[in-house]
Amino acid sequence: MNDTVTSRDSSVGIVEKKYYSFAEPPDTLTLESGAHLGPVTIAYETYGTLNEQKDNCILLTHAFSGDSHAAGFYASDRDGDKPGWWDFLVGPGKGIDTDRYFVICPNILGSCMGSTGPSSINPETDKPYGLDFPMMTIGDMVVTQKALIDHLGITRLLAVIGGSVGGMQVLEWCVRFPQMVRAAVPIATTMRHSALAIAFNEIARQSIMADPNWAQGNYYGGQKPDMGLSVARMVGHVTYLSDEALRRKFGRKLQDKEHFSFGFGGDFQVESYLRHQGSKFVSRFDANSVLYITKAADYFDVVDKMSKPAPIAGAEEQNKIKYLVVSYSSDWLYPTYQAKELVQTLKRCGQNVSFCEIEADCGHDAFLIPDQRFTTLIRGFLDGIS
Amino acid sequence: MVSPDPADIRFDLRIISSMIDPGTRVLDLGCGNGDLLAWLAVGKNVIGTGIEQDKEKAAHCISRGLSVLQGDLNEEVEDYPDCSFDYVILSQTLQQVFEPARLLHSLARIGRKVIVSFPNFSHYSIRLQLLCKGCAPKNDQLPYSWYDSPNIRVITLKDFRKFSRDVGYNILKEITIKTDPTSNEGSIIRFFPDIRSTYGIYIIEKIRK
Repeated sequence: MNDTVTSRDSSVGIVEKKYYSFAEPPDTLTLESGAHLGPVTIAYETYGTLNEQKDNCILLTHAFSGDSHAAGFYASDRDGDKPGWWDFLVGPGKGIDTDRYFVICPNILGSCMGSTGPSSINPETDKPYGLDFPMMTIGDMVVTQKALIDHLGITRLLAVIGGSVGGMQVLEWCVRFPQMVRAAVPIATTMRHSALAIAFNEIARQSIMADPNWAQGNYYGGQKPDMGLSVARMVGHVTYLSDEALRRKFGRKLQDKEHFSFGFGGDFQVESYLRHQGSKFVSRFDANSVLYITKAADYFDVVDKMSKPAPIAGAEEQNKIKYLVVSYSSDWLYPTYQAKELVQTLKRCGQNVSFCEIEADCGHDAFLIPDQRFTTLIRGFLDGIS
Repeated sequence: MVSPDPADIRFDLRIISSMIDPGTRVLDLGCGNGDLLAWLAVGKNVIGTGIEQDKEKAAHCISRGLSVLQGDLNEEVEDYPDCSFDYVILSQTLQQVFEPARLLHSLARIGRKVIVSFPNFSHYSIRLQLLCKGCAPKNDQLPYSWYDSPNIRVITLKDFRKFSRDVGYNILKEITIKTDPTSNEGSIIRFFPDIRSTYGIYIIEKIRK
């Protein structure tokens, strides 16, 4: 079932992070909230070659803590460094075949992986934005991606594919720029957050803001709110797993000991694992970005926009977006019933939609774990977009 | 592109396919591996959708390029607006449906015409087994024992004709066939179909008042 081929031989090879800046003075980008932002830089990577007709382009939209590095290796990587986060799926001869498709993966607005976000320099103060960074939405992320796509001279995307918060961006593309989307693959995602999802995000945010080092978001250059960010990640990480996965991986096993220590040092393997995940995250991610991106995900709601019935006419059939909705059986953050609500909405307005729940015990994060069934599904679906 | 394998399509599915006008919208309930939909997409240029409960089969259909929803057909049919399809196909599934009248009502709502096929329980082999052996009959079309059968309804051609009339449908066409279980071949049965045919295939339409 698992196909863990991530060797350098089968990979897309050495890739490079690129940058596109726009909304330079005197221009600014007007965000959904009405706030202005500029200049805006979007970091992105591309794999494969754009054909002459420019109709083989696939846009990948990454999840909340992801980045533009979906596949391949950087020239600066050392032996043992991991390839991009979707390397099992994206590459020559893989599910998203870079011999056939031109793949673009931008880093989202508000992130800290190269695109403009709260840790970027505010041109007005020459200091990092911190909380002066305007509140942005999933829609704003998509608008900046559209600017990048326009800049690359592409008028229509063969497919937009993404999981989790990336799936929200896929849906936002479909409601904002439907004429530019040939096919859409929202994976392990939802049309809007449930109270449960908002609740976990709020715990993450409160944990960051409760850290004295957070200092109203103005911690750049000083002590960072590492403890708060680490706890935020621990909470988040639990929501990405599942009861089954935690039982299988850890059960009640103890870490490096035979007996309880009768203290708070951490006895259980699962405790030590979460602490490790937390501290790993601190070294690569910005706490303010977590605040902004989780809030954008909480604000996201496309139920009304997706429910607007599109006219069904034979002649238009070819212009309809072809949807493939994928959910995972053990995802309790965005459970299958939420994917089914999306499917139901699409059916009611006469859209062309396929749906499959994949049986997996790894929880929400299953879409990031190599799985031949998923690869086959995506490959075949892309083949079928005639 | 959708990849059909025309040589592999079963005789009963070929008959169903022959009933469908080119370029129409078709919903195939319990579409299995998607053989009929693939055949219709390529041969008749239909805009097809399938519903399949089995996750592996649904995924297989999608990876063939077909539009297929994984789910329970009784629930999935509820979401479509009226007359979303020109044909709704219920092939070899009626005998497994818990509430056939309710399902047919939904199908006639979302589709202009409904094509229903099912194994004929009044085939002579079944009659003879019950008469001579006194056991719950089995044959190639109905191979299960009473305790493991997914087929919770036993339907004869006569039963279906009466049922259709009683719940308000016109039978536009009836094709009765005999199939060869060892191959995909078969033949149309014109004489004594109630006794000789292994399957009945019907196109029905709601009687509009």
